[in-house]
Amino acid sequence: MKIVLRSIVIVFSLMLVACGGKEEKKKEGFSVDRAKTSEKTTEADAVTNGVSASERVDLDNKGVGPITSVTLSPEIDADMAKKGEEVYTQMCMACHRVDKKFIGPAPTGILKRRSPEWVMNMILNPEVMVKEDPLAKELMAEFNGAPMANQGLTEDQARNVLEFFRTLE
Amino acid sequence: MKKYSFYLAAILGPILLLSACGNQNGKASSDGALASNNAEKVYVAPGEHDEFYAFMSGGYSGNVTVYGLPSGRMFKEIPVFSQFPTNGYGYSEETKPMLETSFGFIPADDSHHPDISQTNGELDGRWLFINGNNTPRIARIDLKTFETAEIIEVPNSAGNHSSSYITENSEYVVAGTRFSVPVPQRDMPIKDYKGNFKGALSFISVEPETGRMDIKFQLIMPGFNYDLSHPGRGKSHGWFFFTTYNTEEANTLLEVNASQNDKDFIAAVNWKKIEEYVENGGGTMVPANYAHNVYSDETHSATSTMKKEVLTVDPTKVPGAIFFMPTPKSPHGVDVSPSGDYIIGNGKLSADLTVFSFDKMIAAIEGKKFDGEAYGLPILKFEDVLGGTVKSGGLGPLHTEFDGEGNAYTTFFISSEVVKWKLGTWEVIDRKPTFYSVGHCMIPGGNSAKPFGKYLISLNKITKDRYLPTGPELEHSAQLYDISGDKMELLYDFPTHGEPHYAAAIPASILAPKSQKIYKLAENEHPFATKNVSEARVVREGNEVHVYMAMIRSHFTPDNIEGIKVGDKVYFHITNHEQDFDVPHGFMMIGQKNSGLLIMPGQTKTSVWEPMQEGVWPFYCTDFCSALHQEMQGYIRVSPAKSNIDISWSLGE
Repeated sequence: MKIVLRSIVIVFSLMLVACGGKEEKKKEGFSVDRAKTSEKTTEADAVTNGVSASERVDLDNKGVGPITSVTLSPEIDADMAKKGEEVYTQMCMACHRVDKKFIGPAPTGILKRRSPEWVMNMILNPEVMVKEDPLAKELMAEFNGAPMANQGLTEDQARNVLEFFRTLE
Repeated sequence: MKKYSFYLAAILGPILLLSACGNQNGKASSDGALASNNAEKVYVAPGEHDEFYAFMSGGYSGNVTVYGLPSGRMFKEIPVFSQFPTNGYGYSEETKPMLETSFGFIPADDSHHPDISQTNGELDGRWLFINGNNTPRIARIDLKTFETAEIIEVPNSAGNHSSSYITENSEYVVAGTRFSVPVPQRDMPIKDYKGNFKGALSFISVEPETGRMDIKFQLIMPGFNYDLSHPGRGKSHGWFFFTTYNTEEANTLLEVNASQNDKDFIAAVNWKKIEEYVENGGGTMVPANYAHNVYSDETHSATSTMKKEVLTVDPTKVPGAIFFMPTPKSPHGVDVSPSGDYIIGNGKLSADLTVFSFDKMIAAIEGKKFDGEAYGLPILKFEDVLGGTVKSGGLGPLHTEFDGEGNAYTTFFISSEVVKWKLGTWEVIDRKPTFYSVGHCMIPGGNSAKPFGKYLISLNKITKDRYLPTGPELEHSAQLYDISGDKMELLYDFPTHGEPHYAAAIPASILAPKSQKIYKLAENEHPFATKNVSEARVVREGNEVHVYMAMIRSHFTPDNIEGIKVGDKVYFHITNHEQDFDVPHGFMMIGQKNSGLLIMPGQTKTSVWEPMQEGVWPFYCTDFCSALHQEMQGYIRVSPAKSNIDISWSLGE
C-alpha cells in the first residue's frame, strides 16, 4: 500500500515538474493517457436512419400535452412575436440560443421540422414529453440527458413564443 | 431540577412498576391489537399528507421547525433569529440586515413562543409570530413562503419572554419583558433594583393587510418579572393578562429570594383603554434605539432601519386600565379559555391551579374592591376574582391548553404529566405521564376561540432514555396524545430540534393550498438580478467585482471568469432561472469564509468571496439538481494583485 502511495506521489511530482505549473498555458499535449476518440463520434443511440433526432422532420407528431390544435395565421403577428421574444429571452435563452446548438437545440427553422402543437407541448409539458413522446425522448439522449426545464409558461406565453419562432427562418 | 427528577424517578420508578398495570413507561403495550391501533393513528402512508402543520419554537437554535401531525415528520427548519448556513440566511448580503439590532449584527437567539395570526379569534394562517428572548425581538413569518418576513427589536426590554401572543384580530402582537431593567438603560448599582428597575410591556401593532409591525406603545410597569401572557378573547377581548413573579424585586439568588411571597400577580391590562389614551395624545415619546428589519419578496432583500423613539405609557396615568390579581406560587403560564370567561394561573410551585373569572374581575373592578395597591396600581381581592381551583394532585403546573369541548389540559413539570380537567366544575378527568418533565403542551388552535382538538403534544424538557443515546447531548422529546376520547391516549413519541418551548398548529387544509411554489422571475426586482442570460456579466469597480450570474439545469452563466485578483472582494449575485416547483440550485466557492447559498426558482442571492491565493478555483452547485448536476461547475482564475489581466467571462466558448 505504502509503495503504491509513494509511486502515486512520485508520478504527481513528475507531472507537476513536467507541466511547469507556472505562467504560459500553451496547449501542450497533456493528454498522455486520454486518447480521445475524437470530439464527436456519431451519436449512435440518437440516430434513426442516419438522421439525428434534432435533424429529423416530423410534421405530423403533435406531441403529448394540453395542445391538440394550433392554427397559424398566414401572416406573422408581429405583436405576438415581440411578446414571445421577451419571454424567450428571459425564460429560454439560458439553454436555447437562437441559431446555434447549446444546451438544447436552436429554435431557428424549428417549424420546418416540427408541428406547432409539438413545439408548444414541449414548452408546456416537458416532463411528460421526454417520457412519452418518442422523439422528445431521443432528443434528450442526443442532448446529453439534459432535461428540458418546465419554465411555467402560460399557454398564451407559449403561443407567443411559437409566433416568435416563426420569425426565425 | 434534572437531579431531582432523576432521584424521583429512581424512587418512584420501581413503585410505579410494582403498582401500575402496564403502560406507565408509555412503551407500546404488549397488547398487540392496541399497539397496532395506535400505529394506525399516526401512520401517514407514503405519499399521503399530514392533517396538521405544527410550528415548534427552536429555543436556543433561534429558529422555528415545521412538523406534520400526527406523523411527527419534520418538514423544514425556518431560520429566524440565527444564521443558517443551510440556505445562507444571515450570511447572504440580502439577509444580513435581518439580524441587525441596536447591538449590531447578532447571529443567534433563543426563540420561544410561536403564535399564528387570528381573525375573530380563529386561526387565519397568514403569519406566524415568534419572540427572540435574549436580544429582545419579535419576528413575523410569512406562511405563504414559510420565510421570515420581518423582525422588530423591542427596546427597554430584556429577556423577551411573555411574548409573542396576539390579540383576537391580530391587532397587536404583545411582547413583555421577563427581566426588569433600568428604563432607560443607565449605569447604576444593581442593588438599587427595587423600585428603580422597570418592566416594559410592548404592544406592537400589526398592519391588517401587510402584517407590518410597529410599536404602538410600551407600558412601563413595576420592576417584576413578566413571565407569560395571553389575550382575552370573546367577552374578555380588549384585555391582556400577564403573569408576574419576583414581585419581591430581588436582584440576586432569585431561586430563593423570588419565592418569598405566597402570591405574585396576574396583571390584567385593558389595552383598549390604553390604545384610546394614546390615540388621544397620551403617553410620552422617549428616545430609543431599535432595529426594524423587513424582507421583500420582490427584491429578495432585507432592509434594516434604526428607529429612534418609542411611545411609553406610565400605567398610573391611565386609571382603570391595569389591575393586579394575586396568584399563588410564582405563576408561569396564564391561559384564557376559548370563550374568554376564565383566566387560568399556573402557579409553578403549587399543586393547584388558580382560575379567575372574568365576570368576577369586572364586578370587583366596578365595585372598587381593592386589596391595596402596588406602585399605584390597584390589587384586586383574591377571593373576589377567584372562579375556581383545580385540585389536581400534580406538582408544578406550567401551562394550560383547551380542546374546544369544555376541557382544559395542564402540564405539570415536577410530576411530569398532563392533567385533563373540566372548565366550570374543575374536576380532574384524566391524567397521563409524560417522558419526561413536560414544559408547555399544545393543541392545534388550543390558544384561540376555536381549538381544533384531536391531538395534544407535550413538549418535554428531559429526554434521557426515550431514544437511542447520542452521547451527552440529546434532542428534546415530544409525545403525541389522542385527546378525542374521554381519556387521553399516548400515540407516539418523537424528537424535536433545539428546545421547543411552545408550538402552534393549524389544519393543513388552511395552509397547504396557499403555500408558494416558486418566485416569478418576471417579478424579481432585485437590483443585482440577472433576469436575462444576455445580461450576465462581470463588472469591476475598484477592487470590488460584481458577478451577475444566472443558473439553470445544469450550468452557470458565466462559468469561466478571469481577471480576478488577490485582494478583490467578489460579489456573486446569482439568479435561479428555473420556474418549476422544487428546483433550487446551490452555490459554493472554494475557500469562501461564508456559507453557501441555496437559491429558490426565480430568486436572487448574493455571496461574497475574497480570493486569498492565486490560482484557478472552482465553484459548483451544491443541490443535486439534475442528472447533469455533477457537471454544474465553473472556474475562476485568480491572478496576482498587480496583474493587468482584464476581466473576462464566458460560457461554452
